[in-house]
Amino acid sequence: MTGTGGALFAAVFLACAVEAVEAVTIVLAAGTARDWKSAGYGVGAGLFALAVITAALGPAVTAIPLGALRLLVGGLLLVFGLQWMRKAVLRASGHKDLHDEEAIFQRELAAAKSADAQSRWAVPDWYSFTLSFKGVLLEGLEVVFIVLTFGANAHDVPLAALAAVIAVVLVVLVGVAIKAPLSKVPENTMKFVVAVMLTTFGIFWGAEGADAHWPGNDGALLVIAPIVALYALSLVAVLRRSAPRPTSPAPELQTAER
Amino acid sequence: MRTLTQRLRAFGAFWYDFVVGDDWRVAVVVVVALAATFGVSKTSIAAWWIMPAAVVIILPVSLWRARKKS
Repeated sequence: MTGTGGALFAAVFLACAVEAVEAVTIVLAAGTARDWKSAGYGVGAGLFALAVITAALGPAVTAIPLGALRLLVGGLLLVFGLQWMRKAVLRASGHKDLHDEEAIFQRELAAAKSADAQSRWAVPDWYSFTLSFKGVLLEGLEVVFIVLTFGANAHDVPLAALAAVIAVVLVVLVGVAIKAPLSKVPENTMKFVVAVMLTTFGIFWGAEGADAHWPGNDGALLVIAPIVALYALSLVAVLRRSAPRPTSPAPELQTAER
Repeated sequence: MRTLTQRLRAFGAFWYDFVVGDDWRVAVVVVVALAATFGVSKTSIAAWWIMPAAVVIILPVSLWRARKKS
């Protein structure tokens, strides 16, 4: 695996693991509070919808000429990356609550317990079905977007798909084994790293797609990534000074969710 | 029952939120930066610095606006 291939694998793996953790939390809440069978149907229907979307978008994305693809995807990745970066910096600086899977799980659990039971077609519990379906589809869409854009741009969709599959399978296996939200996963730190990588690749491919030439070609990625990370961390440091409430201990870029 | 217009509006809102997100200014700056890079790349001046410069400018602006809201 080349340096760029390694970065591609790491970026896709981390991004997909984060999305999978979020989807697993929702499905666990639906299954635990309501009905595992219906939640399972929802997962199946969500995966089927994702497969249809991938089958429709995949060939279309890979058929676009590389220059135009890099321009389009570079721009999209950069907008996407800056969205993630914005939230990551706000969280790390104390201006936004940290993403807490345990709290999200409890919230979903309470909502699921209070909803009315209703069966529709062959689905015993419609609420569990739709909750799981939406969770898998919405989080899965981000996975599909990341795999297709990174893979097509790097001319290595199989590597991007492999990274995504390993990440999702790993998260699902752990989720099924412990039957609890994966609150020990350092999700906020992972989101910060993913934001840096999406922004880095967005800057690089966007500029290349717009016909700019990077000094050092692909080697420029090794310079852009640490500069983006340092810039984001410096913004965290500046914003911490005006955090709405003093937190004790200081809200570090935490290594484990609480 | 939701009408077709409501469904289309919800569909459009979903994709707007998915792609553009909380701050449309970020998307506008990225598009302008891409256009500027393309324009400058057709001259003898190096154009690679425009995208990083756009990020350096828009990220703190977007953060400051979000901080004000919070």
